[in-house]
Amino acid sequence: MSTITDPQGGTFRLSMLLNDTRYRSTTLQVIAAIIIALTIGYLYSNLAANLEAAGLNISFAFLGSPAGYDIGQTLIEYDSQSSNLRAAFVGIINTLLVAFLACVTATVFGVFAGVLRLSNNWLVRKLMSFYVEIFRNIPVLIWILIIFTIMTVSMPAPNAFRGETPTSSMLFDAVAFTNRGVYIPAPVWGPGSLVVVATFVLSIIGIFAYRSYATKLLYDTGRLLPRFWPSVGLFFIPTILVFFIMGSPISLDYPALKGFNFRGGLQIGAPLIALWFALSIYTGAFIAENVRAGIQAVSKGQTEAAAALGLRSGRIMNLVVLPQALRVIIPPLISQYLNITKNSSLAILVGYADITATLGGITLNQTGRAIECVLLLMLFYLVISLLISAFMNVYNSSMKLKER
Amino acid sequence: MSDTHSESTTVSYVRTETIPQQAAPANAAGPAKWIKDNLFATWANSLLTVAAIYVIYLVLASTLPWIFGGVWSTGSLRECREVLDGATGACFSVLTERWNQLLFGFKYPTDQYWRPTVAFLLMFVAMAPVLFFDLPRKLLIVTGLFPFVAFWLIWGGTIWTPLFALLSVIVGYIVYSKLVARSFAAGFFGGIAAALVFFWLSGFIVPSLTPDEPFLEAVPSRDLGGYMLNMMLGVTCVSLSLPIGIALALGRQSSMPLIKWVSVIFIEFIRGVPLITLLFVANVMLAYFFPPGSGVDLFLRVVIMITMFSSAYIAEVIRGGLAALPKGQYEAADSLGLDYSQAMRLIILPQALKISIPGIVNIAVGLFKDTTLVSVISMFDLIGMIRGPILASTDWAGVYWELFGFAALIFFVVCYGISQYSQWLERRLATDHR
Repeated sequence: MSTITDPQGGTFRLSMLLNDTRYRSTTLQVIAAIIIALTIGYLYSNLAANLEAAGLNISFAFLGSPAGYDIGQTLIEYDSQSSNLRAAFVGIINTLLVAFLACVTATVFGVFAGVLRLSNNWLVRKLMSFYVEIFRNIPVLIWILIIFTIMTVSMPAPNAFRGETPTSSMLFDAVAFTNRGVYIPAPVWGPGSLVVVATFVLSIIGIFAYRSYATKLLYDTGRLLPRFWPSVGLFFIPTILVFFIMGSPISLDYPALKGFNFRGGLQIGAPLIALWFALSIYTGAFIAENVRAGIQAVSKGQTEAAAALGLRSGRIMNLVVLPQALRVIIPPLISQYLNITKNSSLAILVGYADITATLGGITLNQTGRAIECVLLLMLFYLVISLLISAFMNVYNSSMKLKER
Repeated sequence: MSDTHSESTTVSYVRTETIPQQAAPANAAGPAKWIKDNLFATWANSLLTVAAIYVIYLVLASTLPWIFGGVWSTGSLRECREVLDGATGACFSVLTERWNQLLFGFKYPTDQYWRPTVAFLLMFVAMAPVLFFDLPRKLLIVTGLFPFVAFWLIWGGTIWTPLFALLSVIVGYIVYSKLVARSFAAGFFGGIAAALVFFWLSGFIVPSLTPDEPFLEAVPSRDLGGYMLNMMLGVTCVSLSLPIGIALALGRQSSMPLIKWVSVIFIEFIRGVPLITLLFVANVMLAYFFPPGSGVDLFLRVVIMITMFSSAYIAEVIRGGLAALPKGQYEAADSLGLDYSQAMRLIILPQALKISIPGIVNIAVGLFKDTTLVSVISMFDLIGMIRGPILASTDWAGVYWELFGFAALIFFVVCYGISQYSQWLERRLATDHR
């Protein structure tokens, strides 16, 4: 009988550190750790020496000092005497605002174009692939500039709305497209408007409750209740009734030309519109591809099986194709939302006061605190991205096909 | 039997010859059927068709007269408006008049434009054997020489810097081929180290060899601009980020926790922040991390940051390719007794990279589009030139559409071309005959 002899444990040679698989990975990691530590130490010593030479230090005290600049579009209270931190918050809220608006419209554009790309209509199909190719292959920065130029150069000045025979007129006497932005009526919340809003929220909840009740009834007893018209009715009727019972508490403040500019109403600045529209139409092209791929990923057998069961084509879409397609569509959709949030940093190009333009632009230039500002900026985007990817992981694991 | 026979006699008419085949009805074949099926199948469909035709008409009616009425040879916007005399038309003369500025920036020496042009043309020769496998393999020599030649052509100055860089690559290769017999890792890292050491040593010799009047006039990096800058950033950063991306992807899959976590943190950090903040880092922060007085110029800092950015994305794409390989491939490599580097080089990476090609091309296209972002940190790339010197000049203030249209067109052509190439490559590499 032959015996297998173990390698002798006692005789340790130095070459075993690299050649013996028991030690190799530890050796390599120790080497890597030393290299990383040396690199970081080298960079840090350079940083310290450079800061020393320039007479700088790292300090976040500038956040508390007055910012000293004005911001055009703010959602929270802000003036030039507010602190830099406050300016950064204005920027954060503006970033989130444009990102949210762009996500909503990009989804609408994307779903629309993606579904139409699968249309039976040859012309529509070609038109939509033209849209997708054109917008995907041209940098979003150029789109932002083009739309910003349309908004500021091609739109009439408020001047053009003046006089007996104005060259421009307001849409429905309520919306004015000017080169300073778009003016829309602003709601004025009178006393009692809270009741109307509460009724509206309640009726939305009511719609969901009704629909889930209808589903339950269908599954339990097989009785099919109409869904569409009751939902529409619930959406409009209670709110309108309460609105008139309370004596029309909510009114609209229409923009009107006073002096050199429009007063009243709500001004949506040209930078916001340019950024919003460019981001949504650009990302919409990507979402269209995701939607198309998602729908095509559902195998044809599923549609045929549903048709063989006797389902109508609308039901096939709603009950069979879409639930399966969504599983494919939503993960890339969320990463597109992430892209929108990151691309909204291009706001600095058109002067929209997002976090990059306030903290990373004006504050950085005025205080000279480059390192602190850039670090805070990165931290903000990193937190947003990590939150979104955490959400995506939760979603993915909940949507994962449950197998044995 | 007889029954049938008798019946045939009583039937009044029986066709004895077959009817000659006839063409299908006009509305069931040919263009008519195609139009009916594809454009007017249902009422809703017809409505869509009409709406689409109307949209196309609107777009063409507003752009075609503008394009065909264009003026190509005037010196300024005012002259152009005089020539147009109120008619609709584009002032394309801004493109012809500022053509060199759009392509090369406004500071590149005027009499040296042939240098980037030659480098640009050489780029196609250098890229051809990489992109198309059927071309003779000898062309790869051009590819290998291209970075050094292009560097010398574009920046000019002494020829010894690129020459010694080339020599150090050769030295690295010689060391690699000596050591690779022992183990791939030793050859690989030894080669890189030898090349770096040789190049570092050559840094002491080059200044003494530099002539006072170099054959090609030296051009500093800050004088580069225009579309050339986009092209240079795109090509350099994509080619640099491919090997780094592969390394990061392998690092992320590694069983060594330290390597794995360093890779994960790097990738997730870079992917979590917008490119523009990384460009801010390049612009205002990165200089602090170099030794005092080293004076690393903005171009190099931007290349470093964009390369880090794209290598993180490429790493994720390649990780997807690695994960998509069936586990059997890894096990087969192990059971053949291949070590890690052999398994990766011979079995895993060729397949994983093939799967990743569409993703890598997407990243490359996205990166090329993102090179326009450098205009935000006041580098004069194509967009920077348009927004800065050209639109700010008294001659051409207000010529927006011609310039933006040109920029859009030039990016569209390149990006669309790349994505078409990637589709061709995918078909070409498809080995599963299903």
